[in-house]
Amino acid sequence: MADLNRGNRPLSPHLQIYRPQLTSVLSIFHRMTGVGLTLGVVLLVWWLIAAATSPGYFAVVDGLLTSWLGYLVLLGLTWALAYHMLNGIRHLVWDLGYGFEMQTAERSGIAVVIGSGVLSVLLWLVA
Amino acid sequence: MAEFALPKNSRITKGKTWPKPDGGADPRAFRIYRWDPDSGANPRLDSYYLDLDKCGPMVLDAIIMIKNEIDPTLTFRRSCREGICGSCAMNIDGINTLACTYGLDEIRGEVKIYPLPHLEVVKDLIPDLTHFYAQHASVKPWLETETPAPEREWRQSIEDREKLDGLYECVMCACCSTACPSYWWNSERYLGPAALLHAYRWLIDSRDEAAGERLDDLEDPFRLYRCHTIMSCTKTCPKGLNPAKAIAEIKKMMIERQV
Repeated sequence: MADLNRGNRPLSPHLQIYRPQLTSVLSIFHRMTGVGLTLGVVLLVWWLIAAATSPGYFAVVDGLLTSWLGYLVLLGLTWALAYHMLNGIRHLVWDLGYGFEMQTAERSGIAVVIGSGVLSVLLWLVA
Repeated sequence: MAEFALPKNSRITKGKTWPKPDGGADPRAFRIYRWDPDSGANPRLDSYYLDLDKCGPMVLDAIIMIKNEIDPTLTFRRSCREGICGSCAMNIDGINTLACTYGLDEIRGEVKIYPLPHLEVVKDLIPDLTHFYAQHASVKPWLETETPAPEREWRQSIEDREKLDGLYECVMCACCSTACPSYWWNSERYLGPAALLHAYRWLIDSRDEAAGERLDDLEDPFRLYRCHTIMSCTKTCPKGLNPAKAIAEIKKMMIERQV
């Protein structure tokens, strides 16, 4: 095409203007909970290393994790785990070729959100 | 790598406010993306006001009215005005759709109109679709055969023909691909939902004999597998098609031929 790259063409706006949708928001949450869980594993390893290092060091780290802030982070990680797992199952069903009708995809998304909340509460009641 | 912010030359500035119509109780506000290649200035958002009682029911009717009666420099593509040509695809009220089939009554408050997202702008609401069309051509959207052509037509059973329903209707308006965040960040290597829907349309055509090569061409971490089932394509398709499902079916074919 003769007029390719003519002038200083701007890029049309994208994230800035696109309306967030249930499906796209849940998708980015899947990515974010995945990253969060990776950081959570680092936290867990730190706790284990501390336990293997010395009683004093473990007391410091354990104290941090059982403070109110630590509990808040752990609660968040529990939800992230529940959400990422349930949404992962949703993805597996998609990979089998099912659940692509828009209404089904939105309903399964709502089910994952509710399910992850319920599962988080159950885990904290049991543990 | 994903660039979330717009480049410096693409940031949108405050534009001109055009006069409101005479009379008419409550004119509707339109905020429309403008970029003039001759001015060298950044894109801007112009405000127009229309008395909807004097305007047709669709968004396309409104922007044609703006062009005819307020600002003849407003530039956009349109042709068939009945959702079959795909020319007037644009971002309206935050979603990609066809201006000719999207009703003004579906929008509350001011009507925001931008060109299709994350493309180079040629002028105003006209994006450059050269790369998008090249990607479509790259999936060989035609019948590929080995056997000599029959004397008359290639026959197809009614059942096999039905497999093409929900695929052949695509008008290549680019709404789906430019709604896909994965396409925004990877369009130089990821084919995007529209091209992949067409790839699937030929993969499952009973008369086509190149399924193997077609799958070989798609077997790539980017061309096919940048689809993360975000579903924005299906959500926005103005023809009610399901590119996300078509892509999932291609992924399934990839697995099935390995077992």
